[in-house]
Amino acid sequence: MSECAIEVRGLRKAYGDFEAVRGIDFSVRRGEIFGLLGPNGAGKTTTVEILEGYRDRSAGEVSVLGYDPGQRQRALRARIGIVLQSTGLYRHIRVREALAHFASMYPRSRDVEEVISLVGLDGKADALVRTLSGGQMRRLDLALALIGDPELIFLDEPTTGFDPAARRTAWGTIGSLRRLGKTVLLTTHYLEEAQALADRVAIIKDGRIVVQGAPSELGASTGSSRYLVAYRNGGGELIEQETDDPTTLLHELTAAALARGERLEGLTVTRPTLEDVYLELTADRGAEEVTTRQESPDG
Amino acid sequence: MADVLTLAWRQYRLERKLFWRNPSAAFFNFLLPLLFLAVFGAILHGKQHELNVIIPGIAGMAVMSTTFTALAYNMTFLREQGVLKRIRGTPMPAISYLLGIAFNAVTNAALQIAIITVAGRVFFGTGWPRDWAELAVFVAAGVICFAALGVAFSHAIPNFEATSAYVNAVFLPVILISGVFYDAAKAPGFIRGIAQALPLTHLINGLSGAMVKGTSIGTNISALGVIAVWAVLGTALAVRGFTWDQRRG
Repeated sequence: MSECAIEVRGLRKAYGDFEAVRGIDFSVRRGEIFGLLGPNGAGKTTTVEILEGYRDRSAGEVSVLGYDPGQRQRALRARIGIVLQSTGLYRHIRVREALAHFASMYPRSRDVEEVISLVGLDGKADALVRTLSGGQMRRLDLALALIGDPELIFLDEPTTGFDPAARRTAWGTIGSLRRLGKTVLLTTHYLEEAQALADRVAIIKDGRIVVQGAPSELGASTGSSRYLVAYRNGGGELIEQETDDPTTLLHELTAAALARGERLEGLTVTRPTLEDVYLELTADRGAEEVTTRQESPDG
Repeated sequence: MADVLTLAWRQYRLERKLFWRNPSAAFFNFLLPLLFLAVFGAILHGKQHELNVIIPGIAGMAVMSTTFTALAYNMTFLREQGVLKRIRGTPMPAISYLLGIAFNAVTNAALQIAIITVAGRVFFGTGWPRDWAELAVFVAAGVICFAALGVAFSHAIPNFEATSAYVNAVFLPVILISGVFYDAAKAPGFIRGIAQALPLTHLINGLSGAMVKGTSIGTNISALGVIAVWAVLGTALAVRGFTWDQRRG
């Protein structure tokens, strides 16, 4: 058994003249939560929908649990769970009925009541779907994706439109998938979400991956991002200096301060956060392009 | 294969259960033809000739509303709400799912024909159908034809909000022109010309032959031919334009 749940090499997808995905490589290890992070229109949803078997690819190699998703084999669909960005359900079905019905489609399924508890829909099991709030509907989406006890779960922007409290709760639930040993491919345009959940992140922009790695390492891995050294001088004035080499700078600063008999009040050295990296990588061509790309139908 | 049929059966049972929970679907697809039957039956009470026209007419309309109208609505809803896409992501075979939905419509059509047939015998003096086999053949042909046309028509509907307007723009003129409420043979020439091209006119002719007139399937073979042509056209369009995904933009 390969240690990778997903392997993608040179993936491309063109819609007519527009190339939404322009040569993407990444792999997702088993048991890992992998985040595809990027602004709207970056190519995240196109990439994920190719992996889910909804779309054909224009070029490249893709393997999902050892299958080519383009072949649309039932055996693969029995082993994956999909939470799409926006999907409805029959309005007049009850939560428990929907889960029992979907459970019957899978060769081995989880217990309906257990899944209801896992996503926090206790007390709503007998509610009609049309009476659920947006957040409850999203939890049912997750429950339906989990009911077939999948090894690999695709979550496409699972918390878009949530208030901060609901987002925290959803993160808790998604985090619990890790304890169940599941592999998760998550797309999001929320940086905090990738930081809170993902073991590794790929930042995608204009159909290309611009950087990938663990969230904590991404800041350091990009040469263009620098360390920030801040302190107050003798006059109490805040001084900030950027550097690629904090050791040398600190040595110079502290040596000079000692020679003057001063202290460097409030001295801090900060590494660039994922947020700094993300903003730098995704915003460099100006906000105008990002705005127009949001009109694009594809996430 | 057994698995495919088991899943189709489960989907069918779910569709039946949900059908009765949805009041507007139950009304428009089910009660409306029966309401028409009751109203026209009362108005035309004692006028056997008119009743003999309206009973097969309403039977034809019932076939169209339970299949064409219901499937155009349902397929648009399922597509635009993303239910089709969700199902496509599960191991449920497409054929099982579509069979479940189709047989839900077929069940409604069969129930309606049964009720109309019994009502014709018990209340409206048309008696039992003269030729049961012919009735079965025409109901089956009508169901296949209008179910295919309903799925095909759903491809033309851009979003769920527009469904009602699109469906009624077809359904209402067709039932008026095709002689649900009067003898189509007595309509003005240009209407008769249009009616002759439409499948519902020929379905009603066939049902009339089977239920009232006792004309054999042989005499109505050309009617069956027209329905078959529409069925082939409808099936080709239904398959060709089918999409699991929402229409965007």
